[in-house]
Amino acid sequence: MQVSMTVNGEEVTREIEGRLLLVHFLRDVLGLTGTHWGCDTSNCGTCVVWLDGRPVKSCTVLAAMAGGHEVRTVEGLAQNGELDPVQRGFMECHGLQCGFCTPGMMMTARALLNENPDPSPDEIREAISGQICRCTGYATIVRSVRWAAAYEADQRADADQPAEPAATTGGAP
Amino acid sequence: MTTVGDRKPAGFEDNDQHPVGHGRMLRKEDPRFVRGRGNYVDDVQLPGMLHLAILRAPVAHARLVSIDTTAAEAHPKVKAVVTGATLETLNLAWMPTLSNDVQAVLVTDKVRFQGQEVAFVVAEDRYAARDALELIDVEYDVLDPVIDVRRALEDAAPVIRDDLEGKTDNHCFDWETGDAAATEAVFAKADVVVSQDIVYPRVHPAPMETCGAVADFDPVEGRLTLWSTTQAPHAHRTLYAIVAGLPEHKIRVISPDIGGGFGNKVPIYPGYVCAVVGSIVTGKPVKWMEDRSENLVSTGFARDYVMRGEIAATRDGRILGIRTHVLADHGAFNGTAAPVKYPAGFFGVFTGSYDLEAAYCHMTAVYTNKAPGGVAYACSFRITEAVYLVERIVDCLAAELAMDPVELRLKNFIKPEQFPYTTKTGWVYDSGNYEPTMRKAMDLAGYEDLRREQAEKRARGELMGIGVSFFTEAVGAGPRKHMDILGLGMADGCELRVHPTGKAVVRLSVQSQGQGHETTFAQIVGEELGIPPADVDVVHGDTDNTPFGLGTYGSRSTPVSGGAAALVARKVRDKARIVASGMLEVSADDLVWDKGSFHVAGDPSTAVTIQDIAMRAHGAGDLPEGYEGALEAQITYNPPNLTYPHGAYICVVDVDPGTAQVKVRRFVAVDDCGTRINPMIIEGQIHGGLTDGVGMALMEIVAFDEDGNCLGGSLMDYLLPTAMEVPDWETGFTVTPSPHHPIGAKGVGESATVGSPPAIVNAVVDALAPFGVRHADMPLTPSRVWDAMRGQARPPI
Amino acid sequence: MQVPAPFEYERATSVDHAIGLLERLGGSARLVAGGHSLLPMMKLRLANFEYLIDINDLRDELGYLDVRTDEIRIGALTRHRELLESDELAAAFPIFRDAEKVIADPVVRNWGTLGGSLCQADPSEDLSAVCTTLDGRCVIRGQSGERVVPMTEFHRGPYETAVGDDEILIEIRFPVRPRGGSAFEKVERRAGDWAVVSAGAAVWLLDDGRIADARVGLAAVGPNTTALPEISAALTGREPSEELYDEAGRLAAQGCRPESDMRGSEEYKRHLAGELTKRALRRSVERARERG
Repeated sequence: MQVSMTVNGEEVTREIEGRLLLVHFLRDVLGLTGTHWGCDTSNCGTCVVWLDGRPVKSCTVLAAMAGGHEVRTVEGLAQNGELDPVQRGFMECHGLQCGFCTPGMMMTARALLNENPDPSPDEIREAISGQICRCTGYATIVRSVRWAAAYEADQRADADQPAEPAATTGGAP
Repeated sequence: MTTVGDRKPAGFEDNDQHPVGHGRMLRKEDPRFVRGRGNYVDDVQLPGMLHLAILRAPVAHARLVSIDTTAAEAHPKVKAVVTGATLETLNLAWMPTLSNDVQAVLVTDKVRFQGQEVAFVVAEDRYAARDALELIDVEYDVLDPVIDVRRALEDAAPVIRDDLEGKTDNHCFDWETGDAAATEAVFAKADVVVSQDIVYPRVHPAPMETCGAVADFDPVEGRLTLWSTTQAPHAHRTLYAIVAGLPEHKIRVISPDIGGGFGNKVPIYPGYVCAVVGSIVTGKPVKWMEDRSENLVSTGFARDYVMRGEIAATRDGRILGIRTHVLADHGAFNGTAAPVKYPAGFFGVFTGSYDLEAAYCHMTAVYTNKAPGGVAYACSFRITEAVYLVERIVDCLAAELAMDPVELRLKNFIKPEQFPYTTKTGWVYDSGNYEPTMRKAMDLAGYEDLRREQAEKRARGELMGIGVSFFTEAVGAGPRKHMDILGLGMADGCELRVHPTGKAVVRLSVQSQGQGHETTFAQIVGEELGIPPADVDVVHGDTDNTPFGLGTYGSRSTPVSGGAAALVARKVRDKARIVASGMLEVSADDLVWDKGSFHVAGDPSTAVTIQDIAMRAHGAGDLPEGYEGALEAQITYNPPNLTYPHGAYICVVDVDPGTAQVKVRRFVAVDDCGTRINPMIIEGQIHGGLTDGVGMALMEIVAFDEDGNCLGGSLMDYLLPTAMEVPDWETGFTVTPSPHHPIGAKGVGESATVGSPPAIVNAVVDALAPFGVRHADMPLTPSRVWDAMRGQARPPI
Repeated sequence: MQVPAPFEYERATSVDHAIGLLERLGGSARLVAGGHSLLPMMKLRLANFEYLIDINDLRDELGYLDVRTDEIRIGALTRHRELLESDELAAAFPIFRDAEKVIADPVVRNWGTLGGSLCQADPSEDLSAVCTTLDGRCVIRGQSGERVVPMTEFHRGPYETAVGDDEILIEIRFPVRPRGGSAFEKVERRAGDWAVVSAGAAVWLLDDGRIADARVGLAAVGPNTTALPEISAALTGREPSEELYDEAGRLAAQGCRPESDMRGSEEYKRHLAGELTKRALRRSVERARERG
């Protein structure tokens, strides 16, 4: 069957099997290997991408189900070559080690900040509770998301200063 | 438009972006990871690549009657179907394990554990390969399995390893350490003897990336390239050469980015060999990636020790001796990855951080119808089990003596002046200063206040527990005269080349699975050469481009390879001194090193930098007599001893009296790993290990039913901790450098995995003290805690 | 990674279209909405279908929360996240928000649906316990029209429902009564895990403070979500008190049929059934009183 969808802002159309999982469509068909997979039962969350702006586990969504919808992956997080503050936060606060869960964690973090620009540590923990990290112990991930939130708050404060040019942080469509 | 500049939000710890050497510095590998541009094994795509799937046994013990692959072979997308019979013709049906046992690559005679490899299919895509497995018809003659480790040596037990000539039982090995008679003597004179049965259940490292490989055999060149999830690429290459008979120089093992290892990726698994065979058979590149169930049911588990701990002491709390008997479940094959002379790994450090008069251990290891493994999950070669045993039994003694567990530990610590300290089981602890570490943890935790709070809560019927553990690890295997794996010595090579412009490349024999080697090793070299770590490129994980060494596990990278990196940089520095002496026209002895440059003694204005020297060393100009040019060196570092990091952990838990749920409220970890290279990375290693500890203590177990069915075969059943179960870690440190390590550093990667489980269990047991509980085995799930509260604590197996 | 066996994918354009497809394809077809229960089963090849009919485009017809004064109607395609976030729903039935906070995880809740949870008929499923507690009525549509089945008759055994091969669950209806309060309690081994035991309670008070009606629904303690009419009978007309909750807890512990497994022993689950019933009832009564 044929499926068309928007991936990171680009329209793609491919011939696929009806059973093809979205994660395999992204990785094996489109070559977007930034999205990983770690289990078969939607427990680990390494495969999280956005479907119409909401994080979903792409190992448990058929590529066909995403037809006509918008998908965003870690490759689409940076805008115009500029890292999203979430990506910077993860680097600044050591929010990653092996890097395997990181793309999924960042997609969830970005979605959280879009809805709640000032999440508490507990709210961050809740938001990533369906995603497993074996390396970091989570505390630095929480700090990373807080870093991005604080950074964006600074940017907004700057934007409110009339003398300053408008701020943009990118990444949040 | 404001760009995302260098400014950082207030309130966050600043990272030094331009350190020369040690210090908090952002990781060099992160820019690719945060962009989704890591390169893991499953990301490798080669033209014409085929996909391999493995058929696994549905039962634990069965004689193989027949396999019919006709229908699978007829599948239009299938390129090959291979069984054990096919492998026998190639002499590849069995392979050596890392413990001098053998393991079946594919079953030829008998299935020995559920999930064992029976056949494989190579097909055009992964979906078709999986489909074709359904078309293979296997007939099994099911046998009684040996599941209960305690019954494995009974006369009536079926013999699992009838492949071994003359084998008539399930005995794997016996091992002892210490002095049985001396220990008996101190137990005889002791005022108090406490004994406790303690089980460390089977758990699994479960890295987020499962195991897999891409094998590409070029029949024209006779050359095999293998991208593989391996923590030890060089050791694997040698073993492939031995197993498959391929010339070693024609094998290239590449370990690209690895999504976590924790010891799971040390052994060679049948799947890797299958991928190689698949590529040889089809003449195409072949990819094999485990699914999660395959990872959990067939690859290296950890622990599975049934222990009895005994401790002898005087009435006033002087510990005299510790004795232990262990029954070890090794599964169907002895696949333990540990130095050959240490069949029980480094379990011999069960004497802990205490100055004892005597100690003794006797261990019996057996085969069962379960997956092989044993040494994995950040265990530092079984130190996890040893530390859990001693820290649990010391707490049992404290309860018996009605002594505060911290007071008991302080009273018995090895004193700083006793180092180097030889334990009663023969380990030479290099350095330690335990009391300040313990006191620091108590200060951070507010120990006295916590005890007061606990007393108030107990009076109200609330269940609060405070658990303490203090560990000493032995990491950095190791000295070649004592330690080898299958005859390969555990030294590490390192090469360093400084380019003409003063930028450098360092090539390591170890391999990162997330530990940040590209950063840490650049810092080690940067510190020694006085150049920014940003100017040092780290090459690792590729046997064609790195010197020989045994890989990353057992917290050995910094103790062994880190020593190599420092020494190779010093060797380059010595060469630079010679070049500088020519540049400055003075004797090399008259030069003073000032982190990055040499100057004539007494005249700093004469300084020539490493960059100047590197250009000179590669330039056309004159060099001192005998100096041929270039600025590079290579060494192999054979460490004189292991390093012995230590730490003090304090855990605070609350237990819901109605539901028996345990909440880890606080966790304080004070670690001493000697010289600290990158504190940010060290903290990350500690955090990860503490989380492992919460998992093991509270939820993780690979259990089996009586038929040998694995009950932990998916992440629905094998529970790993999420952000909701762990607290915001509170960490601190002390620094007691290793006296023998070139920069005084000790390993740290596994400290927290080793040290945290006893702290958590001690805390839960402390919370349950009002019910008279003295011990409860992991995992402390609500149901098992509730059993303990009612005086019905049971072992998990 | 595990992958499902081959099947044909069809996308339904309307409920009638979906029913037409089901009628034509019979038991070889299955509806898929969130897919978070179905697809893992298919990947593990515990379930195989020749056709999957995707109903995610039917949001207009099936994705709604219709809050009326005497009844709340929820479309089967309503996602967990919407149930969690609806203030109107939380005001009428706080049990929904209690439960949704602990069902799976936030990412799964973005995509999983109410209808999918109920139709999976997993005995440990929390939302089924909520619907049982609130005396939900399931509206099932087929070619011949609609029928309404009470929650107590909706599950016919583990992983079996009253929905026929050619039918579709379209809506759940909940009666709204005055002076009500509800709550949900769950013990899980870890966040996102299935319940060891979970308990929902709903209480409606008389003007004098006595209990007009009370209901308790339990998950993970029997072949299906367990409604306990004997608790309703014991509580009706009584003054709320700790002793009364204890009595209800005893009835819950006696009335359920748990089995020992890796999540817990039968004994512990009985204990939890009692303990969580008490806690849920206590909180329900507090909430009913707060609402006056």
